[in-house]
Amino acid sequence: METVVFVFSLLDCCALIFLSVYFIITLSDLECDYINARSCCSKLNKWVIPEVVGHTIITVLMLISLHWFIFLLNLPVATWNIYRLIMVPSGNMGVFDPTEIHNRGQLKSHMKEAMIKLGFHLLCFFMYLYSMILALIND
Amino acid sequence: MSAPAGSPHPAASARIPPKLGGAAASGAAAPAGPGPGPHQQNGPAQNQMQVPSGYGLYPQNYVAPSGHYSQGPGKMTSLPLDSQSGDYYPGLYTVPTQNVVTPNTASQQPGAQQMYGRVPPAPHVVGSALGSFQGAMSSASHLQTSASQPYSSFVNHYNSPAMYSVNSSVASQGLPSTCGHYALSAVSNASYPGVPYPSLPAGDPYRQQMLTSQSALTVRPIRESSLSGQNTAVSHPSPLPPPPSQQYQQQQSLSGYSTFSWSAPGLPSTQDNLIRNHTSQVAANNNPTNTDSLSRSVMQNVQPPKSSPVVSTVLSGASSTRPPPAAPRPAEPAASVAQPPELSQQKGMQYGEYVNNQASSAPTPLSSTSDDEEEEEEDEEAGVDSSSTTSSASPMPNSYDALEGGSYPDMLSSSASSPAPEPAPEPDPAPAPAPAVPQPSKLAKPFGYGYPALQPGYQNATTPLNSGVPPSSPGYSGFQQYAQQYPGMNQLSSSLGGLSLQSSSQPESLRPVNLTQERNILPMTPVWAPVPNLNLDLRKLNCSPDSFRCTLTNIPQTQALLNKAKLPLGLLLHPFRDLTQLPVITSNTIVRCRSCRTYINPFVSFIDQRRWKCNLCYRINDVPEEFMYNPITRSYGEPHKRPEVQNSTVEFIASSDYMLRPPQPAVYLFVLDVSHNAVEAGYLTVLCQSLLENLDKLPGDSRTRIGFMTFDSTIHFYNLQEGLSQPQMLIVSDIDDVFLPTPDSLLVNLHESKELIKDLLNALPNMFTNTRETHSALGPALQAAFKLMSPTGGRVSVFQTQLPSLGAGLLQSREDPNQRSSTKVVQHLGPATDFYKKLALDCSGQQTAVDLFLLSSQYSDLASLACISRYSAGCIYYYPSFHYMHNPSQAEKLQKDLKRYLTRKIGFEAVMRIRCTKGLSMHTFHGNFFVRSTDLLSLANINPDAGFAVQLSIEESLTDTSLVCFQTALLYTSSKGERRIRVHTLCLPVVSSLADVYAGVDVQAAICLLANMAVDRSISSSLSDARDALVNAVVDSLSAYGSTVSNLQHSALIAPSSLKLFPLYVLALLKQKAFRTGTSTRLDDRVYAMCQIKCQPLVHLMKMIHPNLYRIDRLTDEGAIHVNDRVVPQPPLQKLSAEKLTREGAFLMDCGSAFYIWIGKSCDNNFIEDVLGYPNFASIPQKMTHLPELDTLSSERARSFITWLRDNRPLSPVLHVVKDESPAKTEFFQHLIEDRTEAAFSYYEFLLHVQQQICK
Repeated sequence: METVVFVFSLLDCCALIFLSVYFIITLSDLECDYINARSCCSKLNKWVIPEVVGHTIITVLMLISLHWFIFLLNLPVATWNIYRLIMVPSGNMGVFDPTEIHNRGQLKSHMKEAMIKLGFHLLCFFMYLYSMILALIND
Repeated sequence: MSAPAGSPHPAASARIPPKLGGAAASGAAAPAGPGPGPHQQNGPAQNQMQVPSGYGLYPQNYVAPSGHYSQGPGKMTSLPLDSQSGDYYPGLYTVPTQNVVTPNTASQQPGAQQMYGRVPPAPHVVGSALGSFQGAMSSASHLQTSASQPYSSFVNHYNSPAMYSVNSSVASQGLPSTCGHYALSAVSNASYPGVPYPSLPAGDPYRQQMLTSQSALTVRPIRESSLSGQNTAVSHPSPLPPPPSQQYQQQQSLSGYSTFSWSAPGLPSTQDNLIRNHTSQVAANNNPTNTDSLSRSVMQNVQPPKSSPVVSTVLSGASSTRPPPAAPRPAEPAASVAQPPELSQQKGMQYGEYVNNQASSAPTPLSSTSDDEEEEEEDEEAGVDSSSTTSSASPMPNSYDALEGGSYPDMLSSSASSPAPEPAPEPDPAPAPAPAVPQPSKLAKPFGYGYPALQPGYQNATTPLNSGVPPSSPGYSGFQQYAQQYPGMNQLSSSLGGLSLQSSSQPESLRPVNLTQERNILPMTPVWAPVPNLNLDLRKLNCSPDSFRCTLTNIPQTQALLNKAKLPLGLLLHPFRDLTQLPVITSNTIVRCRSCRTYINPFVSFIDQRRWKCNLCYRINDVPEEFMYNPITRSYGEPHKRPEVQNSTVEFIASSDYMLRPPQPAVYLFVLDVSHNAVEAGYLTVLCQSLLENLDKLPGDSRTRIGFMTFDSTIHFYNLQEGLSQPQMLIVSDIDDVFLPTPDSLLVNLHESKELIKDLLNALPNMFTNTRETHSALGPALQAAFKLMSPTGGRVSVFQTQLPSLGAGLLQSREDPNQRSSTKVVQHLGPATDFYKKLALDCSGQQTAVDLFLLSSQYSDLASLACISRYSAGCIYYYPSFHYMHNPSQAEKLQKDLKRYLTRKIGFEAVMRIRCTKGLSMHTFHGNFFVRSTDLLSLANINPDAGFAVQLSIEESLTDTSLVCFQTALLYTSSKGERRIRVHTLCLPVVSSLADVYAGVDVQAAICLLANMAVDRSISSSLSDARDALVNAVVDSLSAYGSTVSNLQHSALIAPSSLKLFPLYVLALLKQKAFRTGTSTRLDDRVYAMCQIKCQPLVHLMKMIHPNLYRIDRLTDEGAIHVNDRVVPQPPLQKLSAEKLTREGAFLMDCGSAFYIWIGKSCDNNFIEDVLGYPNFASIPQKMTHLPELDTLSSERARSFITWLRDNRPLSPVLHVVKDESPAKTEFFQHLIEDRTEAAFSYYEFLLHVQQQICK
């Protein structure tokens, strides 16, 4: 059972890492003017919900399987993700809004956020990997 | 569904080979490509023309359903049949009248289609069921039958023959061209008995309906039945001879046939392929439907499924709901026949041109999708334009165009901000004296005035302009002289030495002012922009502060220093201002820095004859050979004397390197609300009148195109194709999936269809007088407008009078009237939906700007609606409680605004890029536009009344430079189809001490930037946050200043002289409609004020924030100035406080958009009699908006003063005479911002509050 949980978490985490990398690449494309704000934001907004869902699943899974430490580690990030999604003003086109992304350094803060998440997911990745191996050995 | 249906249209136009586009672009009515030619003809002639290619097709089609229904004729004549749909007899269908009309003669097919769509909602359902593609087809079909047929391209793609049949069934209702009267006026269908049409066999039975469509009739009824609920009962199995399957086959065969026919004319093979694809698609679509049920199939034949809701054809005004005057109709058939073939041919050719245009534009990548930059790099461009020899550039390097004046002839000059000619410190030489003063020589004092002595050239150039004629030669000579005066660029660097503030400037701007002690803080004369502390040579070269201002004229060296000063750093731009004098440069190569793409400007340094150093990135560039030749002096080897290097504001004629597609023509589309509410308000009369008056003054060239749409719960298009005898109204009631009934004839050439346009404008105000439709489908109308505009781009003017209540983008009322005066939370400042924002971005991508005119008496959620303009670079006008009778001052305002709006200059497909010296960076932009990439603003349109603001930050220390430069480059297509780049360059010194930073504060610019930031803050956070931020801006900056000044007594509130007005202006902002709390403010009013703050240029914004008050009952000639032989008195400014309002006086308040004249209760009767024309105070009427022209000295003075104030701005404000004690006086008193109100501080209280905060 343990093993299944961590194998799944590992896969999910891989997906999240890829997603973070994708966010970073796309945002830096925008920074360098390779794509315009409109297409950048529509690309990114598509993946915001999958990211939230993916991360929430891990968090809930950890709660259910009673891995308290990992759950608490994930909780703040998951909360932030959901909060960010909920707090999008009704007139905006999503978390990433093409009309505002160049304003007030939003682009930079998005970039910073994606970087932090990447680091976090990498950390989680190794944690899951370790836990998985441990679980396998215990089996 | 919508996607497939909608897409075909644009695609169709795009398919035309690009080559054709070239011809079209040139504006010549070149013969159309061989293929499309025949089909394109419009008008009655069509039939004939089509015969060759189309003839074969039609018969087949027609046979199936009901005989041929003549395709051709319809377009010209649109019948107003709509109303009758209910009446028709089902039985009649069977009548095979169609044959009677031979295609050639068929021309008359009067538009049979009526507005079925309108009738009931039922049709919609049907339509949707049937399939999207068909919808598109149906629309196409409509076109064909009706006048729109001409579009070959359209036909090709969409209509496979099958479609034709469909179309025919639809029956276009055009009136026969012969009938002289316009449908609008004439047409009630009812009035026509079928009688008049001898040729129509079916006519009798059908009666009204039949009138219009002879051939079409059979089909039509069917459609009706299926479509409209009323008719549905009737089943028409009998009339349709061929079983559905057969029909289908026929159609297929037809389609195949059609492709062949097309190919025959020589269309490029690719096109053929495309066509085939389409046809096949069509066929596929048809198939299922046909098999469906008999009735269904019938419908298809008759009308494409989708179309059912759509029923489009209607003539102008003909719908039953709106009874137009009935007019007798002459025999229609004859007319069409009579038309000479040549005519048709001509049309065809023109049409071809049109198509070409579209085609040419279509293939080029749209700017939004490609990241094209404002200035495209050559390689980028290469792909687009293979032959990009800079053909546009004339061989003559020095051909200076005539100076380009603004479109607004009356506008004297640029210097709206600096109305007074006299002020010595005026930094901007040319504009300031020019406008106000006709005789500059008189006023020009050697140094006091700008730069007269140094720049005789400027003076010369400007004087002639004042007279209204912009001759090129004077400007030219001006340059010459100027060039001689100029010391030469090589000396520039040496001259940079004396930048620091040792000069005497320190005392005045840094003089400490004790704010609480100073009673009269407001100067007597208007406030001028501070002059950057540069040496004289640079100063006179610098950009006019009217176009380009920075909040700090001394740029701090580091971000730390800026943070210490606690002042906002940013730029205020008015880039497309009407200028009286502007050097226009045509040359083969526009010299730019190779790495940062900066345009060469007066602040670059020439290292030697051959090399120049960029002043933004410091790269050393070569001087191109061509640049060595100076066209002004006709000398060689003096690159630093070229006009680019002598003027900080120049305009280049761009070569094809700067185009992604051929320059677009001027295209104007008017989208008008005609719901009950709108008709009640009566704005249509004002609008149509203004349009009629200004039709010839619309900026544009021979390619200018114009179109109209109206909407209530349905969307009405107007076919104005040349050759029609009257405008033809096409109604689309399928608002869930909007399509264009005749994409190519809705936007017509202004010059070719002028008569039709005038007819439409004359008829429009009365067409909807009895409408009972209260709904407004704004969203779908905008979507349709977008579709219509997307091939070319242009300007959409939307008039809306209520909350959109139908279709996409519908809005709910969010305002709670009880919260209007709440001091706590003001909600709903942001948009409720992203629909308008998305649409605006789409529009922006297709170079279409949407201007919104909101004339509503109730809450209309401007916060949401404004997005459509904000992100598409449009402008927003708001007329609360507009009513043409009850509120004449609003009506007058609308009229004046429209005059300006319609005639002002306009630039299309524009982009603006702002560059600044390395080390500075821009992080936030304010204004109406879309930021496409970090420093590139995409502006679908640019108008002279648009202002922008940019916030800056200092990323790297500027210690190694003593100067920073900012450059805005605005690349646009002029209304004449020229690609131009307007470049402004501003140069400012860098300082290292805090005192110097304070010495250079431009308090007006700072306030405007703060206002912009506060708007953002109130939307993203909350209004109270924004208000706190404004107060904190004062507190922080004054306390920061206080800490730099030693030996200050801490009890006093000290500000540097340059900042002494800062608290006053901030208080004014807090009492502005946008930010005030505690006073009842309607949400829309508040949002509109915010929109204005965002998009007004500084000069107008300052008047809005802090109006000017003058006492006008004792005007004297003391200090007066002379303008155009008139003496204009210059009364001193009064502070905005009731203490200045004496009962014995009369005061004029200039609020920018309105003038108020307040008459005191015991005002001198002489003044009232001499100026107002009434014997005493009591007899002055409550609503007075004009000063009578009386032949007295005081009247003359008052009028000349007001006229002079008006002339200095683009929008002429409406004058309100306010009597003391009249109810209107609250309007006046709310602008007295130094006074206390129940909810807000007085100025003195505010100072005490600030002081308290500082001491904390």
